[in-house]
Amino acid sequence: MTAISDMPDVPRAARRPQVGNPMVRWLRANLFSSIPNGILTIVLLAVLAKGVISFVQWGIASAVWLTPVNDSSACRAVRGIGACWAVIPEKYRFILFGTYPFDEQWRPALSVVLFIALFYLSTRRALWRRELVFIWIGALALISVLMWGGVLGLSFVSQDRWGGLPVTLILATFGLAFGFPLGILVALGRRSKLPAIRSLSVLYVELIRGVPLVSLLFMASVMFPLFMPSGFNIDKLLRAQIAIILFAGAYLAEVIRGGLQAVPRGQYEAADALGLSYWRKNRLIILPQAIRHVIPPLVNTFIAFFKDTSLVLIIGIFDLLTTAKTAIIDPAWQQFSVEVYIFVAAIYFVFCFAMSRYSRSLEATSGR
Amino acid sequence: MTSDAPRPPPRRRFFGAFGRRELKGLFWQVLVVGIAVAVVAFLWSNTVTNLSARRITTGFAFLGREAGMPIADSLLAYSPRDTYLWAFVVGVANTLRVAVIGIVLATILGTLIGISRLSANWLLSRLAAVYVETLRDIPLLLQLLFWYVLMQALPAARAAWRPVEGVFLSNRGLILPAIPFGPPQLAVLGTAVLGCAVFYVVRRWLVAQQMRDGRPRPAWPFAVALVIALPALVSVLLGVSWRIEWPQLRGFNFVGGLTLAPEYFALLIALVTYTSAFIAEIVRSGIQSVPRGQWDAANALGLRRSFMLRQIILPQALRVIVPPMTSQYLNLTKNSSLAVAIGYQDVVSIANTTLNQTGQAIEAIALIMAVFLTISLGISFFMNWYNARIALVER
Repeated sequence: MTAISDMPDVPRAARRPQVGNPMVRWLRANLFSSIPNGILTIVLLAVLAKGVISFVQWGIASAVWLTPVNDSSACRAVRGIGACWAVIPEKYRFILFGTYPFDEQWRPALSVVLFIALFYLSTRRALWRRELVFIWIGALALISVLMWGGVLGLSFVSQDRWGGLPVTLILATFGLAFGFPLGILVALGRRSKLPAIRSLSVLYVELIRGVPLVSLLFMASVMFPLFMPSGFNIDKLLRAQIAIILFAGAYLAEVIRGGLQAVPRGQYEAADALGLSYWRKNRLIILPQAIRHVIPPLVNTFIAFFKDTSLVLIIGIFDLLTTAKTAIIDPAWQQFSVEVYIFVAAIYFVFCFAMSRYSRSLEATSGR
Repeated sequence: MTSDAPRPPPRRRFFGAFGRRELKGLFWQVLVVGIAVAVVAFLWSNTVTNLSARRITTGFAFLGREAGMPIADSLLAYSPRDTYLWAFVVGVANTLRVAVIGIVLATILGTLIGISRLSANWLLSRLAAVYVETLRDIPLLLQLLFWYVLMQALPAARAAWRPVEGVFLSNRGLILPAIPFGPPQLAVLGTAVLGCAVFYVVRRWLVAQQMRDGRPRPAWPFAVALVIALPALVSVLLGVSWRIEWPQLRGFNFVGGLTLAPEYFALLIALVTYTSAFIAEIVRSGIQSVPRGQWDAANALGLRRSFMLRQIILPQALRVIVPPMTSQYLNLTKNSSLAVAIGYQDVVSIANTTLNQTGQAIEAIALIMAVFLTISLGISFFMNWYNARIALVER
């Protein structure tokens, strides 16, 4: 527990007089403020240097970047010494788009670009108006046309050939697009004065939040066919999507409930005094304030949820993580899974990090 | 209008005491419950038809049948001849083994990293920040697969790494020196637990005494006597051996010591590192929530640093820390179900195998849900009790 004594909050010895070169002063204040601190800095620097050097050695200096098509002999030669990044150019089409017809892969690629544009637009405050809902509906419809095809001269591609990054984005985005209104309804239900509706909402939230997502996915993949009339078959992807929507709805409901609780009583009373109906009161007065209160935790829920879509690997849906895992079943490249995982981790990281930065900036600027 | 004018009698309404508002409420409730019941009934009747068409009998009778599935790594004794029920119990024990140890380790690591992020040492706080940001933004399942691949890429048993004497790291997992545990050792451990319980009562009494006359009474002599000296005495009297068993390489495998299988080890590392990143943020915000003035005041009183932390800073920080920590513990426990992806046989993995062998999908998933709901309720119950204990008492 030595670090506690170094906390900035603890008033330490009075500030040293500001003399000398600012660089030296900075080093003094931040790295060598005391003898134990100086020792700590040196030890950390040594560990860091060793880590960076061995990573550079493995990942850059001795790495193989390109090999002839489907020939991993150069990679095998440096196995254990250097990384084999050649596996990425070899497999990236499969990792990103799965078994989607090779010549048509511009369609999922365009869908990914559309998704990113959609997310970007949703972060612009100026666009937080009713039009945004129409933008969402339009973009999601366009993406469906692109992915499925069958109209406008695009060839039809059935759902079981979809894979990779578009599937991850579809599961996450549709999960949110449907989970969000569901979450609002359940949150309102949980705060309702009507006992039957309240208990149903509580039951739903607690049941979903009390069990692991894996078990919900199993339920979707194994039990859903049992639930439906015989002869009625829903695609596996859609079943997983339903499980994810139900899951998202329960978690979002709790976040939104927090926001509802933060709306002052007077707002409810004022709305009642105006004689607004329940739905108008919530739509026009309560919900806009409640959601504004919880935007940062909502973004954090989105991040958690985006990562959790990777669990569909367990029921064999070809999302980004599953295509990565499948890409390295190929015996020639089997030993280079670490490189592929690093590549996929980087993709997830970019999405989540962007969202978390955004959430941070919202927290900083949401001065009321 | 004069106030004493006789009010007209209330108009009689068709529904007696019910007003418009109540009627509307009743209508909505009947509608929603009706829809819920209809959906459940629809699913139920379909399921019954489907099950009878596939000749699957419902009920938990299958639990008594022989399971016949191998379980590689288990805490409790198990053979494939045992029943499904026992296989489930073994699975629950495996889940708890990951969850409990994972929670303890993640709390320790997360606290250290959270404190490091607040360090005045710029390098340390930056490194801690990078750790938190990186681990939080990569899916747990991906991290789990990554660790598992690394475990498998370790050298074979013969060429095992030996970071410290007696510790081996190979593709068979982590092998540690251990003390063989039997009834005599358990008896000593039991005495220590009993000692802790007695010490708790004694401490409460000492605090009550101090409340009465204001004289501080040191509690540590009692702690030493009850928790250390008493079990030591029992150990000597019973002649319990505490010989450490050192693992040795014989032929192709290790003999003796404690083996953590690669699946278990990978799952544990992934859960601990991932959760610790979240715990670090909780600890940091907790400590930062203690107003600066509290540090200044404690310093001005000239209190010793350890006393100040223990009696002034931590109790206030804990109020902020405990509730979100509860959800992290629940998350870790639920996330341990990812074990199924790398073949560690926790309760989910065993239920999944059962489901494939017997077709008893509903029962198997109901068991998973029952187990996790019980664990979740247990953790929330304990943490809520703890939270109520440390909560601010306002008068």
